[in-house]
This record gives sequence, C-alpha cells and structure tokens, in this order.
Amino acid sequence: MSMDLRTITIEPLRQTFGHLARRMGADKPASRYMEGTMDLQPVENYHYRPTWDPSHDIFDPARTRITMKDWYALKDPRQFYYGAWTLARGRMQETATADFDLADELGLATGYPAAGKKVINEVLLPLRHVAWASNINNSAVAAYGYGIAISQAAAYACMDQLGIAQFITRLGIAFDEIDALAEAKQDWLEAPVWQGLRHYVEDMMVMDDWFELFVTQNFALEGLLFPLIYDKLTDRLNAAHGPVLSMLTRFQREWFTENVKWVDAVLKAAAADNPANKALLGEWIAAARQRSVEVLTPVAELAFGTDGAAVLDEVVQQLNARAAKAGIPV
Amino acid sequence: MDMKVSKKLGLKERYTMMTRDLAWDTTFQPMDKVFPQVGYEGIKIHDWDKWEDPFRLTMDAYWKYQAEKERKLYAILDAFNQNNGHLSVTDARYINVLKLFLGSTPPLELMAARGFSMVARQMVGAGPRVACMMQSVDEYRHFQTQIHSISNYNRFYNGLDEFAHQQSRMWYLSDGKSFFDDAITAGPFEFMVAIGFAFEYVLTNILFVPFISGAAYNGDMAAMTVGFSAQSDEARHMTLGLECIKFMLEQDPDNLPIVQRWIDKWTWRGTRKLASVGMMMDYMLPKRIMSFKEAWEIYFEQNGTALFTDLARYGVKVPKCFGQTIEEKEHITHQSWIGFYMKPDACPFHTWIPAPDELDWLSEKYPNTFDKYYRPVLEHFDRQEKAGKRFNNKTQPMNCQVCVSTIKFNEPGDPMEMCFRETVYKGEKFHFCSDHCKEIFENEPEKYVQTFISSHAALQGKCEPEGTDVNAHDYRPGARMHAYWRMDKRATGDFNGSEDQKNFAKWRAQATKN
Repeated sequence: MSMDLRTITIEPLRQTFGHLARRMGADKPASRYMEGTMDLQPVENYHYRPTWDPSHDIFDPARTRITMKDWYALKDPRQFYYGAWTLARGRMQETATADFDLADELGLATGYPAAGKKVINEVLLPLRHVAWASNINNSAVAAYGYGIAISQAAAYACMDQLGIAQFITRLGIAFDEIDALAEAKQDWLEAPVWQGLRHYVEDMMVMDDWFELFVTQNFALEGLLFPLIYDKLTDRLNAAHGPVLSMLTRFQREWFTENVKWVDAVLKAAAADNPANKALLGEWIAAARQRSVEVLTPVAELAFGTDGAAVLDEVVQQLNARAAKAGIPV
Repeated sequence: MDMKVSKKLGLKERYTMMTRDLAWDTTFQPMDKVFPQVGYEGIKIHDWDKWEDPFRLTMDAYWKYQAEKERKLYAILDAFNQNNGHLSVTDARYINVLKLFLGSTPPLELMAARGFSMVARQMVGAGPRVACMMQSVDEYRHFQTQIHSISNYNRFYNGLDEFAHQQSRMWYLSDGKSFFDDAITAGPFEFMVAIGFAFEYVLTNILFVPFISGAAYNGDMAAMTVGFSAQSDEARHMTLGLECIKFMLEQDPDNLPIVQRWIDKWTWRGTRKLASVGMMMDYMLPKRIMSFKEAWEIYFEQNGTALFTDLARYGVKVPKCFGQTIEEKEHITHQSWIGFYMKPDACPFHTWIPAPDELDWLSEKYPNTFDKYYRPVLEHFDRQEKAGKRFNNKTQPMNCQVCVSTIKFNEPGDPMEMCFRETVYKGEKFHFCSDHCKEIFENEPEKYVQTFISSHAALQGKCEPEGTDVNAHDYRPGARMHAYWRMDKRATGDFNGSEDQKNFAKWRAQATKN
C-alpha cells in the first residue's frame, strides 16, 4: 500500500535563477551542478590587473590559444559539484580503506612474493611523484583556466591526484616497504629510467597555455600511463602472484575510468566549437603522444622487459581511439 | 619467515610521507621558473621545510569527513525545501538578509576558491600548497552550498534571481568585488594575509554571527545548516592564515614591515566591507542576536587584542585602524542603513523604517549615538513616508577610490561632519572615505588608479545594457541602469506594500489556517 502524503502546495514565482533560465532557454528547474557552476565566474568590470601578470585580466580567455563561444560548454559529464564529487570520493576511499584493512588483517601485502614486490618498488612507487606533478599541473588549470566548469573539475582532479599519490604511498607502507619509498624517490631523482619522464613533467610545470597543459598531462600522459600500470602491469602481476595488487590499486583504476569521461568530454566540446581548436588539439595531442611514448618507453621496459614496446603500443592505440571518438584527427 | 621488523610511522612522520615527501626540487626546469611568483613581493623565505602544518588531513580522511557533512547538509536542505521551510522564518523582512547575502557572499567565496588555487600553484613548499588546495575546494563547497540553500527562496521571492549577473555590475557589491580583486591581483603572500589572515582569522566571526546565528534565530534552517556545516572548514582556514603569518615572520626579520603594512591595509579594508554586515544585525534581522557594537567588542576588540598580544613577540603591532574602528562601531551600521534606505530604486532588496520597539532596541544598544544622531533622521523619514513624500535620492554617489564604499562615514571625532579625503596623482584628483584608504592608495597608486567605480563608469557610458548606442544624440548616461542590472522592479523599494510581504502573508495563512 502506498500512502498519499500531502504537503501544502504553493505556486512558485519562478523555477530558477535568471542566468540559468537564459542558458536553458526556459524557466525550468536547474540541477545542483548547474546552479553551482554555470556563468558564475566574473567576466567584466575587473578592478585591477594582476601584479603577477599585468598583460592579462584576472580571468582572461587569452591565457590559452583555444577559443570558445561558450566556456561552459566544457562541462563535466559526471556533473561534479563539490557535494557530488566528495560523496563519490568518500565512497571510493571507504572501499579502498576496507581493502587496505583486509590486506593488513590477512597479511596479504606483507606476504606478497619478493619478485612481485621488486616490480612494485621499482615501477609503482616512483609514480607517487608523477601524481604529485599532476597535482601541480592540475592546480594550474584550476587557477588560470577560464570559467568555473573547467576550473572546478581541475581543482577536484588536483585533489584526486594528491589522493592517488597518497594511496601509492600507502601501498608502499602496506607492503612494509618504507625504505623502498625512499629508494623510489632516489630513483625518481637520479635513475636514468625515470629522468625522461621527470624532465617531461617539469617541462609541463612551465607551460604557459593551460589548455595545452590539460591536454598534455590529463589526456596524453595519463592516458598512456594509467592503462600501462593499472591495467597491463597489475594484470601481469596478478597472474603471477594473485590479485592483491589489483585490490590495493582499485582507487586508481576506478578513478581513471571515471576521469576519462571528463577529459574526453572537454576535448570533444572544444574540438566541436571551431575548426581551429580541432587542428590545435590535434597538434598538441600528436606532440604530447610522441614525447609521452619516448619517456614511457624505459618505464615500460622496466615493467615488461622485452614486451615493453608492444604493451606501450597497445595503450597508444587506446589513446588514438579516444582522440578519434572526441572528433580529433591525430 | 620474514623477520624484518616493521617500521611504525608516527602520525607526523606518516603525514610527511603523504605530503611533502612527494615533492622534489626541480632540476630540468629551474625552481624560480616553476614557482615564479614567490619573490617579487619582497618576502624572504629561506627554508620552506620550517612550515608547520596547521592540520594534518590526508585525502582519504578529508573525503570521509566532508562526505559525511555533505550527506547531512543536503538531507536537511531537501527536507526544508520540501516542507516549505521558507514560511517558518520570523517574518518576510528576514529574506532581505538572504538577498544581500546571495549577492555579496557566494561570489566572493568563488573568488577565494580561485585565489587559493592560484596560491596553491605558486607556493614552493608542499605543506602550504596542500593546505591552500584544500582550502580552494572548501571554498567551492561554500559558494555552492550557499547558492543551493538559497535557491529555493528564489522560487518564491523577488530580488534573488539575478545575483550572478549583478555580481560585477551592482554598485553596492563593488566594495566586496574590489576587496577580492585587490587580493587576487596581489602576490601570493599578500593574498594569504588578506584572505587567509585578515578575512578568515580576524574578521570571519563578524561575518558568521549575523548570517548563521541570524539564520538560527530567525527560523532559517537551510542557511543555519550551511553555516554550521562550514564551521569545521573555517577552523582549518583560520589556522592556515595564522600559520602563514607566523611562517613569514619567523623566516626573516625583513618580512616584518611588509607584513605589518598588509595587516594594516587588509584589516581596514575588511572593516569597511563589514559595515553592511553590521547593518544586517542591527536593522534587517527581525529577531536580533546582538548588536553590531557588541559583536565588534567581543570578536574584534577582545579576540583581536588577544591575537595581537600573541603576535607581539614577532614585532607585529595592532592594526593602525584599530582605534578608529572602535569609535566607528557606534555609527557605521546606522549610516549604512540610512544610506540604503535613501536609494529605494537602486537595490534589489527592500528597506524599511524600524518599528517603534526596534527603534527602542537601537536606543538601548547604542546609548551614546542612536538617539542623538540617527533616531531623529529615521523618524523624519518615517513622517515623510507616511505623508506620501518618501525620500528618494536619485543622484550618483561619490565613492572612495580604494574601498569603493559610498562616501558616507563621519569625520573621526565629529559625527556631524562627513569625512572626505583627496589626493592628486599625475594631475588627477582622487577621493577617499578615510585616512586609511588614502594611505593605501598612496602606497600603490598605480594599482588603485584602476579601481572600477560604477558611478563614474556609468557617467562615462560604460554601464549600459548590451546594444546601447552611447554616441546617439539623445543618449543619457545611466538612464538604463535597471536594464544593465537586470533589476526586477518588484524587488526594489519599501518592504511595506511589496509583493514579498503580500505573498508571504498569504502563503503563511495558507499553511497555518484552514
């Protein structure tokens, strides 16, 4: 039986805010994502020019070569406003924490075979610094991007990457490999295998164009690195040593699958806006893909030995398919 | 069996592994190119590792706590909205507080979100970077939850619908806009003093009291819950602002005069911004919590004195404006309310003359000033209104070149005299509301000549709705301000007789009577 619960009904004067009604073309209820995102960044009547960048306004579309008729077309298909984002991450961290607790309780990580640990120490642990670099680079997009649609999603991605760096650190701690974290940092700073990648992420830290940075970091580099590690490498280690590594990297794997939706939607919207964007995105992706492959080749060899090149090629094909789906010829 | 003794990490050590151990000094790109902004303000930092993390929150814990808070908050908002919670507020005048709040506060929280992203990108140390990033996303939370909590009011009351459009156009919102534009265009350290310290630490309580306690006192569970839910975020933000001040002062003695100048400047700028907040406490909340004067005494004079006593060991002195704010606490809210009352056509919220018992409350709370200076003015306006001659000032105001307030505050020591200051820079005359604003201008004239003053800009033809031909022979500057503001006529003027007043009475009757 269902009860007919009644509340007092009052006829509202309007359904939503003026800027949202104009955007939707009708006065109808707007989602919380829209209310918390659309048309909120100031666009006019700035009082002062930045003392740190006097050639631009505080928020200035000219900080990238991409142009948009509507910057809020770069919206997030996940519809993440703060509440939705933090609830999603809250659930993910709850699962991850339970996984880490279980692994600890059953001794799954400490009992992991030495051969597997060696690969984790050498290949996975240095990636906490790559995540930190991504955190820095996404904070630049959050800071200098145009419009709240892109700035808030980048701010959340920035925190996500900090979370990923911390989950990798936790992995090291769970495997009882605190010294290995120090060695991994040493490798990151000095071992030849990592220097190309470190050079690349440091170059990104001085990139002027925030959209190019977004493409380079979030689409190209991560689009290759995450499948390489959290798909291909975990598969390989699982086959040899059981699935505990997949369990303890679940956050990263689930995060990547979800984050890709945002990254690809942004590229698709920018490419669809005008042909110049599309050409520029194609150029950026081609250049970033090439250099990403170069710097990831030694990492792939470290992880997969002689299969490295072939595995890397597989993930390059995945990346090309994503670009094609976003309407960008590369 | 593996006999390796497992190392146990202490909390601090673990947090270090989770944050600053992730960072490294770049070598392929020079550090001063990666972090180009930390030097030009003159602040000297020798050792970023000396930064003491004011709180230690890893992302898993952050997401856990914040998700719990969001879940509760939105459950309450949904219930409040579904049950027509807006009809449970004390009286419909209260909703005008929300109109002022929606126009002034979420847009500034948004600027804080962007500003902290910028500082998070620019700080060299991983400790301050992580704390600033976290504050940045917290500020997204704040402006969004504020908008979400007020969104339902917008469906039923006038004057809330165009806040996004009005944030950069409305004259009385320019003081807040100029405050945040000033902070965000300064370097990263000045931003931290402006927002992290002066705003979040010294003045934030004065902002919270009227809005949050005001909401609680006046039956607005939506706004109240947003405020209470934000409090634990604010506690983190306050400790960050204070840590940043201490860090700068401990790093190099040369930093002291720079930091002191910023403290003087931003405490004053914040004080000016709070005049309209105080006005809400004294005039707009139907059920009052305390007077602005009382709040100022507790939260600024007492707490501020304790704070600056604590900071004295670094050589920091109380802000220069301290004495003047104490004198002004008995005046500014009355001057502000009278100022808004006199402009009934130019605000998307209603004004009114306080009821007799409310005037008595003001007399009691302001024994030195209210009966002598302000009650006679309000009673005069009341008589005029009742005689059908409602006072209406249609002229453009004169604004301060620094704080952009309408020049309306009194000469220190003389409540009967308006305070004007001026200075000439490169052959042009600039006007100020006070000695403090004049001094801020003179320290950085190249910055403050840029201030966007809408009353001036309107006369220059720069505040017109899209499509206006400012060269047309019959063009009159400012004649179409309402269109430029997108201001709904129903939202303006007196509360008495307004559509809000009538609808609220009708709906409340519908909800409470048969």
